[in-house]
Amino acid sequence: MQVKQVSVTVNGETYTTEIEPRLLLTHFIREVLGLTGTHMGCDTTSCGCCTVLLDGLPIKSCTYFAVMADGHEVMTVEGMALASELHPVQQGFHEEHGLQCGFCTPGMMLVSKALLDENPNPTEDEIRWAISGNLCRCTGYQNIVKAVKWAAHKINSEPAAYRR
Amino acid sequence: MYPPPFEYIAPDTIEEALQIVAQYGDDCKVLSGGMSLIPLMKLRFASPEVIVDINRIQGLDYLNEEGGGLRVGALVRYRTLVRSDLLKQRYQCAADCAPQVADPVVRNRGTLVGSLCHADPQGDWGAVMLAMNGSVIARSAANGDREIPVDQFIVGPFQNSLNPGEIGVEARIPNQGERSFGKYLKLERKVGDFATAGVAVSIGWTGGSISHAGIALTGVGAANIKATSAESVLMGSSLNQGTIEEAARQAASSCDPKSDHRGSGEYKREIVRVFTVRALSAAAGLRAA
Repeated sequence: MQVKQVSVTVNGETYTTEIEPRLLLTHFIREVLGLTGTHMGCDTTSCGCCTVLLDGLPIKSCTYFAVMADGHEVMTVEGMALASELHPVQQGFHEEHGLQCGFCTPGMMLVSKALLDENPNPTEDEIRWAISGNLCRCTGYQNIVKAVKWAAHKINSEPAAYRR
Repeated sequence: MYPPPFEYIAPDTIEEALQIVAQYGDDCKVLSGGMSLIPLMKLRFASPEVIVDINRIQGLDYLNEEGGGLRVGALVRYRTLVRSDLLKQRYQCAADCAPQVADPVVRNRGTLVGSLCHADPQGDWGAVMLAMNGSVIARSAANGDREIPVDQFIVGPFQNSLNPGEIGVEARIPNQGERSFGKYLKLERKVGDFATAGVAVSIGWTGGSISHAGIALTGVGAANIKATSAESVLMGSSLNQGTIEEAARQAASSCDPKSDHRGSGEYKREIVRVFTVRALSAAAGLRAA
């Protein structure tokens, strides 16, 4: 059985360990690192609740081997908050009731953060398009869209504080 | 779930990758985006003993028009294709398809060359490449590069014509004509689903008449289908109600759809006919303007 040594930077901390190549990134994050905010949902690359940011871009961590992340940077929901407050996207999901059960929420928020990093003023269409790889069974998406708009407004009103 | 154990090699150069593929032959699979291969491995429909991860190889992510046609390196992600002005201006069928493949998160990883090598009959890119008369460049350590037209590259469901020891390194799409129009119409039950049925159309005009007519289908046969009888209705001709309706009839009769959870065979066949009418009508609107 082959094991590979990997060094992966997750939420700013670098973890070096030996793992089997077949270990999925979701399982590495949840079981090796103990960060359970990233969820396993459909197992068919459809639902997006396993979404993390790899070098700033959303990927479905259930369809990615942890060995591929060697030398790369991962952000999970646990790494979203800023030094002294929640990330504006997290604040927006709170303010606009963008979640009910919360299972899709980490993936939704990370995808939304990546959207606002690239497009600070998305239209409603652009928001809905950006989250179209993430399924929500509870909310009907309306408040998720409102949450992202709230976050965009917050970031744009105080860009020095929130653009990083 | 997750795959059985495998050996994982991530070479830094294409030369190393080619040597590994030549050495292991059928026991190994190349991994680029992984958006088709990894789901198959997790379901244990595919259990390669060796995975050759080419994502660390530099210089495979080029997208340019050197040599007169479009050249897409093996590591060009759908994300890049969606954002490409070059595609929107001159390779419209591909540009129209790109945002409809899977979903935006999958599009951050998936690659065009990988999709063609995977040869899923429900793959959108196979139809686009057939409509645009594209080709794949296969490279081996022993024999260098050879260019394979897509209709000889995709040979059956999940079957490509790469020889042992070959890796697909590039996709090429020729210039579509001094004026061209492309469209990809895909019926899907929801965003991210495979096509219930899909139609790719690429029309090029030189002077007043059609010099290139490409019509190809997704999800209605054992592989993507090039609707040659529909294409020949249009070649050298012009787009009018008569030619459009005849081409659409020919496209519908070219397909061999299965009845399944996405719809009956007759339904899918009718979708092909309607989508061909719509795409060609849109092309006619452009030309008239």
